[in-house]
Amino acid sequence: MDTTRSLFLPPQGSTVASDVDALFGFIFWISLFFFVGVTALTVYFCIKYKRKDGKSETTPYIESMALEITWIVIPTILLMVIFVWGFQDFVRLHIVPANSMEIKVTGQKWFWSYNYEEGATGVGELVVPVGKPVKLLMSSKDVIHSFFVPAFRIKMDVLPNRYTITWFEATMTGEFEIYCTEFCGKGHSEMWGTVKVLPQDEFDKWLEAGSGPGEGESMKDYGARMFVKNACNTCHSLDGSKNVGPTFQGLFGRREVMSDGTAITVDENYIRESVLNPMAKQVAGFDPVMPTYQGILKDVDIDGLIAYIKSLEN
Amino acid sequence: MEHTIPEKHYLNEATGWKSWLMTLDHKRIGILYMIMVMFSFFLGGVFALLIRWELLSPDKILMGPEMYNQAFSLHGIIMIFLFIIPSIPAILGNFVMPLMIGAKDVAFPRLNLASWYIYVIGFCFAVYALFTGGIDTGWTFYTPYSSESTTAVIPILTAAFVLGFSSIFTGLNFIVTIHRLRAPGMTWFQLPLFVWAIYATALIQVLATPVLGITLALLMLERVVGIGIFDPAMGGDPVLFQHFFWFYSHPAVYIMILPGMGIISELIATFSHRRIFGYKFIAFSSLGIAFTGFLVWGHHMFVSGQSDLAAVIFSFLTFFVGIPSGIKILNWIATMYKGSISLDTPMLWALSFLILFSIGGFTGIVLGTLSIDVHLHDTYFVVSHFHYVMVGGTVMAIFGGLHYWWPKIWGRMYNETLARIAVVMIFVGFNITFFVQFIMGTQGMPRRYATYLPQFQGMHGFSSIGALIMGVGFLLIAIYLIYAIFKGKPAGPNPWRALTMEWETPSPPTAGNFEGQPILEHGPYDYDKVIPENALKPYKTI
Repeated sequence: MDTTRSLFLPPQGSTVASDVDALFGFIFWISLFFFVGVTALTVYFCIKYKRKDGKSETTPYIESMALEITWIVIPTILLMVIFVWGFQDFVRLHIVPANSMEIKVTGQKWFWSYNYEEGATGVGELVVPVGKPVKLLMSSKDVIHSFFVPAFRIKMDVLPNRYTITWFEATMTGEFEIYCTEFCGKGHSEMWGTVKVLPQDEFDKWLEAGSGPGEGESMKDYGARMFVKNACNTCHSLDGSKNVGPTFQGLFGRREVMSDGTAITVDENYIRESVLNPMAKQVAGFDPVMPTYQGILKDVDIDGLIAYIKSLEN
Repeated sequence: MEHTIPEKHYLNEATGWKSWLMTLDHKRIGILYMIMVMFSFFLGGVFALLIRWELLSPDKILMGPEMYNQAFSLHGIIMIFLFIIPSIPAILGNFVMPLMIGAKDVAFPRLNLASWYIYVIGFCFAVYALFTGGIDTGWTFYTPYSSESTTAVIPILTAAFVLGFSSIFTGLNFIVTIHRLRAPGMTWFQLPLFVWAIYATALIQVLATPVLGITLALLMLERVVGIGIFDPAMGGDPVLFQHFFWFYSHPAVYIMILPGMGIISELIATFSHRRIFGYKFIAFSSLGIAFTGFLVWGHHMFVSGQSDLAAVIFSFLTFFVGIPSGIKILNWIATMYKGSISLDTPMLWALSFLILFSIGGFTGIVLGTLSIDVHLHDTYFVVSHFHYVMVGGTVMAIFGGLHYWWPKIWGRMYNETLARIAVVMIFVGFNITFFVQFIMGTQGMPRRYATYLPQFQGMHGFSSIGALIMGVGFLLIAIYLIYAIFKGKPAGPNPWRALTMEWETPSPPTAGNFEGQPILEHGPYDYDKVIPENALKPYKTI
C-alpha cells in the first residue's frame, strides 16, 4: 500500500494530504480489481471460444435482466461512495480554519509574490510556519494563473478580477515546489517557486528580520540571491543571450537605445527606475511586459541588485 | 474461394476530377473526407512528435518556450477540430451508415457535399493561421490570455467556427436519414448499434455546436470591436468563457467517443459471430451518455473559482456518465461469451479499445472525484487520461473501423500480417507513451510546460520513445492500406461474414448501393439463425 502511494504521490506535507491519498488508494485498488477482472475475462473468452475449423454458428443467447441490473447497481453504489467521500474531503479543503494566518498571494507573468499581514513581503519563496493553518488570499495582475503545491494537495486558480482562496497546514518542515498550472504564456513553465516551511520560532525570527544581506554576505552576493529569489532570472539572462528582457551581462554602463529612439547609459538611477517604474524607459526591441516591483522590493534589495549587475562584466 | 472486383462500381462509374469534386454520392464524399481528415491526423501527429522531441530534455532542445506553446496548441486544435470530431461520422458514418440501413444515399446529398466544402474552408483558415503567426493559446482559448495573445487568434477562431457548421450539417443530415430512409422492416431496434451511436452523436452535434460558435464569435467581437465580455480589463469575466467553452467541449468529448463505441459494437458482434448481448442497454446507453454529457461541463472547472456548490453538483452528475460506459463494456464482454471468436485485425483493434478505454474510464472516476481533482487538475494525469479515452478509445475504434470496412470501401484486402504487426506496435507504443504520464501527473508535473524540473526527465524520455513507436506504426498502416487499394486481393462482398446490410452489396458497392429498395430479412446480429457467406446473395426488394 505504502509503496504504491510513494510511486504515485509526492510526500504528504499538509494535514489534508493523507485523506486525499487514502481516497486515491481506495479508487486505485477498486479500479485495479475490476480492470484485471475485465481484462482476464476478455482474454479467457478469446482463448476458450476461439473459432475452430471455420465453424461460426453460435447458440441462441439468453437475455439476462438480472445480470444487467447487477452490473448497473453495483458500480452505482461504489461510485456514490466515492462521490460522498470526495465531497467530504473537498469541504475540508475549502473551509478555512478560523485561526489561520493570512497571506496575500499575487500571481503575474511570471512569478508569485507574497504580502504578509505583518508587513513582510516575498517573491518566489513562500515562508510559512509548520503546524499552523495558513490562508492564501490570491489574485492575479494579468491573465489566469493557478497556484499548485503538490506536496500539500492544494490547487486554486488565480484570477485577475476577483479573489480566490485556498488554505493549508504544513505538517513538516522543508521546501516544497509551487507550480503555476494554468497556461499563462512564454514563461509559464518557469513560473514556479517554493514553500519554505520553518519551525514557528525560526519563522518568527524571519518575519522580524526583514531584508538585507546576511552576516558576512557582500552586497553583490545578496544581489545575486535577490536576482533568483525575485525571479529576475526568468526574463534576464546572464550570458548575453536575448530573453524576454535585455541580458544583465555587461549591462552597467552600456549604451542602450530606448523604444522612443533616445539613447541612455545604464547607471544606478536607470536600474532603480526600471525596477520600480519599468514602463518609463524601455530598451528598444523588447515587449513592454516587465512588471513593477514597487512595494515588493525594499531599497536594500535594489542596492544589492545594482551591486550584482555591476559585477556582471562582459 | 477466389473473388473478383465487379465491373461497375461507385469508384469507376464516373471518372475525372469533376466527378469527385461535384459528387453527391455519400460514399465518395466519405472518401473526400477521409483524404482531408487523415492528412490532418498526419499534421497533428507531426506536432505531437515535435512536442515529445522537445521534452526529451528538461531544458530547451530545438524549440524555445514560444515555439513549444505553438506546437502543443496546434497539436490540440488540429487533432480535435480537424481530425477527431469529424473522423468517424464524416468518414465511416458517411460511407457506411446509409448502406447499413438499406438506403441509396443520405437524406440531403447536396448538404452533405456542402459540409465537406465548409470543412475545407475551415481547414484553409487553420493553415492560414499557421503561416501568419501561429497560435499559442492551447486548444481551449482561455481568456484573458486569448484576448491578449499576439498570435493569429482570429483566423484560428474563424477556422473552429466554420468547422462547427460542417459538423452541424453532417449531424442534421444523419438525423433525418436515420429517421426517414431506413429499409422497410428495419425498426429502431433492428438498427445496427453503429447507427444508434451515430444518431446519438448527431443529436449532440446539432444541439451543442452552436454554443461553441456563439462563444468563439463573442471572443472575436471582444478582440476586434472591444466589447468586454470575457476580458476583465474591459469589465468581462474570464470564468464565463470557461463555462461557455466547456458547455460545448464536454459534450464534444462524446461526439468523439460515441461513434467509436458504435464501431466497437459492430466489431465485437461480427468477430464473435454472436448476437450482441443487451442490445437495448447498449443503444439506450448511447442516448444516456449524450444526455448526461450536457450536464457535467463544470467538472473541468473544480479549481476555476466557480462556486463550491456548483462543483459538488457537477461532480455528482459526472459519476452518472461513468455508468452507461460501464454498461457498454460489460455487454461487449458478455457478447463474447460462447461466441465463435476470430482474432482478425479489426477485432485486435476492438480488444485494444476495451483495455485502453477501461483505463481511460477508471482514471476518469479519479478525476471526477472532487478532492482528488484538486491535486490532479492540469497535470499530466489529465493529459494521460484524455489520451487513453481519445486515442485508446476513439483512435483504436477509427482504425478498427477502417480495417473492418476497408474491403467494402475499396473491394480489396490489406496484408493481414503487416496489419497485426501495426496494431501491436500502436498498442505497445501507446502504453509506453502514456502510462508514465499518469505517474508524472500524480507526482505533480503540470501540463503545457516547455521546460521542467530534472526529476521528470527519465519518465519524459520513456514517454517519447513510445511516441516514436506509435509514429512508425501509423506510417506502416498508411503504407499497407494505400497499397491494398491498388494491389490488394479482391475481398468479396462479405469477407467477415457479417449480417448487417452493407455486406449484401458488392465490394466496392455500385453507385446506387442497392438494386431497388431492399427489405430487411433478418436482424443485424441474428447469428444464431442465419449463417452468412462471403458471396453475393439476392435480397428481397420492393
